[in-house]
Amino acid sequence: MRQTKGRGAFIFCCVAPAIALFVIFMIVPTIDVFRMSLYKWGGYTANKTFVGLKNFKTLLGSEKFIRSFQNQILLIVIVTIVTMTLALVFAAILTREKIKGQNFFRVVFYIPNILSVVIISAIFSAIYDPNQGLLNSILGIFRGDKDPILWLGSQKIVIYSIVIAMIWQAVGYYMVMYMASMSAVSESLYESADLEGAGKVTQFFQITLPLIWTNIRTTLTFFVISTINMSFLFVKAMTNGGPDSASHVFLSYMYQEAYTNSSYGYGMAIGAVVFTFSFALSAILNAVTKRDPIEL
Amino acid sequence: MEKNKTSSLSKILIYIPLILLAITILVPVAWVFMASIKENVEFYRNPWALPAGVYLQNFVDAWTKADMGSYMLNSAIVTVLALLILIVVSLPASYVLSRFKFFGNGFLNTLIMAGLFINVNYIVVPIFLMLSDADTFLRKTVGEPFFLNNIFVLAVVYAATALPFTIYLLAGYFKTVAKDYEEAAYVDGAGYFRTMIQIIFPMAKPSIITVILFNFLSFWNEYIISMTLLTKPELKTLPVGLMNLMAAQKSAVQYGQMYAGLVIVMLPTLIFYMLVQKQLTEGMTVGGLKG
Repeated sequence: MRQTKGRGAFIFCCVAPAIALFVIFMIVPTIDVFRMSLYKWGGYTANKTFVGLKNFKTLLGSEKFIRSFQNQILLIVIVTIVTMTLALVFAAILTREKIKGQNFFRVVFYIPNILSVVIISAIFSAIYDPNQGLLNSILGIFRGDKDPILWLGSQKIVIYSIVIAMIWQAVGYYMVMYMASMSAVSESLYESADLEGAGKVTQFFQITLPLIWTNIRTTLTFFVISTINMSFLFVKAMTNGGPDSASHVFLSYMYQEAYTNSSYGYGMAIGAVVFTFSFALSAILNAVTKRDPIEL
Repeated sequence: MEKNKTSSLSKILIYIPLILLAITILVPVAWVFMASIKENVEFYRNPWALPAGVYLQNFVDAWTKADMGSYMLNSAIVTVLALLILIVVSLPASYVLSRFKFFGNGFLNTLIMAGLFINVNYIVVPIFLMLSDADTFLRKTVGEPFFLNNIFVLAVVYAATALPFTIYLLAGYFKTVAKDYEEAAYVDGAGYFRTMIQIIFPMAKPSIITVILFNFLSFWNEYIISMTLLTKPELKTLPVGLMNLMAAQKSAVQYGQMYAGLVIVMLPTLIFYMLVQKQLTEGMTVGGLKG
């Protein structure tokens, strides 16, 4: 650069506001999560007592926490596998096949992603309503007038009801993303595969998947983090952890303890676990899915 | 296509899952619109029955009695403010971080990237405590709390927490711009600020639009931070107001009003989506990392 006069001042003016906001509202609170997890700090008193790792010990002995941990793992595993599979398959169909109304399907599948989770929760509450719900009224045709299924009211079913809502919300977004990367795959590869006599399914596994693998990897890592977050939004709006704390996930349990019950130290211990867990999981996924990039 | 040997049967088989998925998405959304014009008594009949008439009183009730009107105003103010702050702060920062070499540049870039992995909802409680502490301090010194229950502060928090993704996206664009533009501007005697504002920013317009699209949706739909930082009823944003309406509906049985509320919240995003769906789904190729 030829100019030097005022360069330092210019750089400072441009970067300082962003960095200041970022540090105040993201870095400091993140450090706070870990710092506060070492204190006993409850209710409306300002008394903080340093207790070391005691909060974590209580946590591991807490049945509610174990339950929310299990729910979280279950949600991550099922939602990730089903969403990714559906998104990939639908993206492949829409990019590889000559479909009438391709644009229509793309536009419709993306709709759930633009709706607020509160709206989706309200829609699914209407679907799951035991008496006037859409689902039970359809099932009623086959089941007759037996006891209605309590989709959100049964401790065993509730988590799967949330799984369905989450998949409904996420499929379209990832489908559109994979469609973008799939349409970048060169047509000539499929033509020569056609000549060799490879079927559509073989082509999907041998050409499409390997070539967009980098994209799948990146989305997978972010999907896991996003699922931890989204499951909180869904649980909070649909069941608020109920019935009887059966549907809590990491963050909803943390929010309940830290904000609603004001036991900040204990709540932040959960927060620290969530942070560590999600970083570890991303790192593991990143390592496990590593393949040599395909150069063409 | 004659070359395509796919039989018509397998062609039909391909349409079945597509149509099924489309139905599972469209039917519930359409059902909410239908339910919003039903009278309360109709909800005790078959949920699939068509509305007996167009009962628009639901909307009037939702708008006035359930205060959706003022919630919508709050949401609009927060969203616009947050977008403004975000753009004003992130544009110069992304430009400088991606195109200037200076001491600490690498560190700052890494720091922002790390921010991509921090989810706002992980840190909502410390943010709340920080603002609440600041308010306690203000009460003692100035006598007036400021930070909690303040729509402007909520907008700042929204903007701040959207920074990593936005800077990542914009910096990605700025890196692709040729250095010649700046060189030419400097030769003509333009300073750093003028070059940035008059030469570089106008070129980034498509990326700026992508940023606005994504963040508009996330700010408009956000409810956890809003619910935590704004506790006064008159300050609630739309999604939070809707949650209250849902809770109230369970006890008072105001189904019609609730579904009208849903439509009021949903309609702006749906219209917005219809207008920009092309840019939105195409913009994803650039910003494939939304959390």
